[in-house]
Amino acid sequence: MDDLVKEFLVESYENLDRMDRDFVELEKNPSTETLGSIFRAVHTIKGTCGFLGFNKLESVAHAGESLMSLLRDGALKVNQPITDALLAMVDAVREMLASIESTESEGERDDSALIARLGALQRVEAAPAASATSAAPDSQPADTDTDLANLSLEELDRLMEARARTPADPAGESRLGEILVQRGQTTMKQVDQALEEQDKGDPRRVGEILVQQGAAKPADVVEALQSQGEGRAVSDSTVRVDVGLLDKLMNLVGELVLSRNQIMQYAVSQEDATFAATSQHLNLVTGELQEGVMKTRMQPIGNVWNKFPRIVRDLAAACGKQIRVEMEGAETELDRTIIEAIKDPLTHVVRNSVDHGIENPETRTAAGKPAEGRLLLRAFHEGGQVNIEITDDGGGVNADKVREKAVQKGLINADQAARMSERELVNLIFLPGFSTAEKVSNISGRGVGMDVVKTNIEKIGGSVDVQSKVGQGTTLKVKIPLTLAIIPALMVTTGGDRYAIPQVSLLELVRLEGQQAKKGIEMVHGAPVYRLRGNLLPIVYLNGVLALNDRGQSSGGAAKNQAKHAGMSLDFESARYKHLLWKARLRAFLDGREALSEAQAVDHTQCDLGRWLYGTGLKEYEHVPAIHELERAHAELHSVIQQIVKLKHGGEKQAAEQAMAQVEPLSQRIIDLITEVEQKAIEAGVTNIVVLQADDRQFGLVVDGINDSKDIVVKPLGKHLKGITAFSGATILGDGKVALILDVIGISQSANVVSESREKTIATAAASSQEANGERESLLVCRFGADGRVGVPLSLVARLEQFQVSAVERSGEQEVVQYRNEIMPLVRLSRVLGENGAGAENKDILDVVVYREHGKSVGLVVEQIADIVEERITVKAERHGGHLLGTAVVQGKVTDILDVRSAIDSVNPDYLAQAEAA
Amino acid sequence: MAEVKQFSTFYLDKLLFGVEVGKVQEVIRYQDMTRVPLASAVVTGLINLRGQIVTALDLRRRLELSERAAERLPMNVVVRNGEEAVSLLVDEIGDVLEVEDETFEAPPETLQGVARELIRGAYKLKDRLLLVLDTEKTVNVGV
Repeated sequence: MDDLVKEFLVESYENLDRMDRDFVELEKNPSTETLGSIFRAVHTIKGTCGFLGFNKLESVAHAGESLMSLLRDGALKVNQPITDALLAMVDAVREMLASIESTESEGERDDSALIARLGALQRVEAAPAASATSAAPDSQPADTDTDLANLSLEELDRLMEARARTPADPAGESRLGEILVQRGQTTMKQVDQALEEQDKGDPRRVGEILVQQGAAKPADVVEALQSQGEGRAVSDSTVRVDVGLLDKLMNLVGELVLSRNQIMQYAVSQEDATFAATSQHLNLVTGELQEGVMKTRMQPIGNVWNKFPRIVRDLAAACGKQIRVEMEGAETELDRTIIEAIKDPLTHVVRNSVDHGIENPETRTAAGKPAEGRLLLRAFHEGGQVNIEITDDGGGVNADKVREKAVQKGLINADQAARMSERELVNLIFLPGFSTAEKVSNISGRGVGMDVVKTNIEKIGGSVDVQSKVGQGTTLKVKIPLTLAIIPALMVTTGGDRYAIPQVSLLELVRLEGQQAKKGIEMVHGAPVYRLRGNLLPIVYLNGVLALNDRGQSSGGAAKNQAKHAGMSLDFESARYKHLLWKARLRAFLDGREALSEAQAVDHTQCDLGRWLYGTGLKEYEHVPAIHELERAHAELHSVIQQIVKLKHGGEKQAAEQAMAQVEPLSQRIIDLITEVEQKAIEAGVTNIVVLQADDRQFGLVVDGINDSKDIVVKPLGKHLKGITAFSGATILGDGKVALILDVIGISQSANVVSESREKTIATAAASSQEANGERESLLVCRFGADGRVGVPLSLVARLEQFQVSAVERSGEQEVVQYRNEIMPLVRLSRVLGENGAGAENKDILDVVVYREHGKSVGLVVEQIADIVEERITVKAERHGGHLLGTAVVQGKVTDILDVRSAIDSVNPDYLAQAEAA
Repeated sequence: MAEVKQFSTFYLDKLLFGVEVGKVQEVIRYQDMTRVPLASAVVTGLINLRGQIVTALDLRRRLELSERAAERLPMNVVVRNGEEAVSLLVDEIGDVLEVEDETFEAPPETLQGVARELIRGAYKLKDRLLLVLDTEKTVNVGV
């Protein structure tokens, strides 16, 4: 296709889009400026298509232009029929443009009806046209900006003065004239005349002269000046570039980043100073180039939203509803490809809101809502992602109806439905084949929309979620990653391979060593969790998710492997147990209670322990002397056992018993050695946890090792691998090897971290583990007074000790006792609670509850211990003051629960506070 | 008038296979592969082909032949299907052969299983058969 035609199409589409927006704006807020903008757009289209020979297009545009001209001059007022007709013209023009695009001709069409309609509207309400000769144009439509209605020539003059950029610039002047001519508001001849006047020494400006000669209207001149000002600012500083070229640049930059990474990797091992400097420079420049090119692909989301006012207007009118569109953050920028991908989904959602979400005016007013519905579009950057929200204040999504419909359509079963939370139910609308609309209109309701929306958004790596309140409205939230191509990532190792984790999902890194590594990960209802600053973090094992077994090959049973990798490579506990079991069996055999064949007394390389030893154990722990001794002892044991069995079978009972006597010390030694190796394994063990964010949830990913972090180029996975949810792409590392990029959301889903029910489980576990509520608690119950009972929560306590009264010394006013190389202050409970327990002072031995915090111990002296109970405690009636947490029913009796910390603080306020601050 | 076609050939388990030469982008020696957990067993891994990440499929597994000996390193026959390149792992590379249409025969009815889908037929060469693979079907495993 001809370049000229191509450009014409691109520009015209833009103009049409602008016209759409302007028309909607016009209905709400008629202003000369908007009218002028629309007029110019139509005029430009008319002019160019005439030049290119598109006659049908020209006639339609011409009819529109004439109508626009009357509107702009104030001869006609804007009303709905006019707007409708003009929008119809816009649509007709669009159709013809589309036809030109595909067939290079306007196609067979007859727009005479449209043209007639536009013409008819021109004749209605023809008010007296503004006389061109008067200085002040009369009968303007109500407009709010620059009050052109009553400008005198002097004021006009000042305006022009203020707006002209370079006052005495003749080039600037003739442009003004050109603009006016272009717009058909004056003729070239007039402009020439005016310029001549100027040359002759007339001090007035072109615009002034023209107005005074009656060759142009003041309104036109002012507008021309305005656009001149804008035009220069905008058009000089932008350039049209073919999108294909930008994509190509993007690819090249991506390759450059890869090479840069390789050079940087190589540079590390090089001594040459020049090379180092040059490669560093290359690094910087590439980084900036990358940023720059990525910016070129960014477009404001407003470009997509701008179509919505028109769509909403038309739809609302068709449905008989009143809806206004509000936009926040239209300038938020997104990568071009993302915009392309979300255009349709967003449109569908908007149409849904209008069609099904927002109710008609009667229903709304009956419900106490304003008759006009509100559709709010919001966009903002947050956490490396673009958030887009579409909110309506309509009827909301009825969770019950959704549940019914889903069960009815067989999308879920009744069981599942009963267990789902409201939020989960509402999100069911994303299932394929779902729609609760009673009527299927040609707008929406066919049940193919929302799942396509979700798929399309997830395809580009985003997520979508819907929240709703019945009667109040619905909000759809979309989150999309900022850029697709080059992202910062953290490299980790698991199962011998490297993987990349996008930094945008990364919250923090936790490293557990030795004892912490073993104990740090606790089990709550069968699920591994880690206590991160008080909150329970669900744990996922990467080698479990990827189903890697010891030999590093993929196999099924991810869950099974997960549990396996939670421990060491040998289950020491199990090894000890099995050994003892065998010993018992051997004994029973000798006593004649059990049968044992020679074949069953296997060789030392064949039993579980043996296989582990000769498989990986000896290698892994070769630096641990205990393992070598273990090997020897173990081999010896096996040979003795074989001997025993043989002897017994041979009838030599006595000899067998003698051999058995050897077994006992051997066995003991083996148990000890296993424990020793286990200890070493624990100490050497390191657990790396990568704390990640998926949607709104956090979880910890356990990996073998953590490497460096770097920028990587995201390359898409081929079609064979696209379906694997754990991976979102691949990249080439500095050494040329390929590494897979983990899809954080995919992993969290497959490990079931993100389901709400599990979240609740963890939440309750967390809650109960933090307070003495609802879970079994150990409580030390003390009597005091007549029938008072106080419970001291033992979960907070390190030990129960007993001291001789004589061991109690004084440090100043504070009673203390020497305890484990510390001087530990004592706090007498009876004093704290304000009671003097009878006979408490007469004991020789003090029962002390040692409370430990921040490395310091405090002893709580309790008297008259009634009992130590383990019960489910529910603290009721939170009482503050009196050093009590509240009251609970323990063993059927009312018991106050002590606030240990408060009690301690009352006696020695600074002690623990100091320790905390230290 | 005999029509002549050219095939890029390779060996798998002593059998001679061929794909249309026009479909083959290049033939290269063994490349280090990054395995892909959770992928089908046919996907052996990913290779770096001059900056492009290409999926490598083990043809022995695809055709359900016996496994390659561990010490044998496969060669790569990179075929291009549309915009995507896929590498087929083979035992050894053969020559580019020209064959005449008349020597072509459809696969026998007795051919079972996956081989039936993927083998379009055979050309009778002087001393052996050249089995022709349907490139597209071969590459579209589990997609």
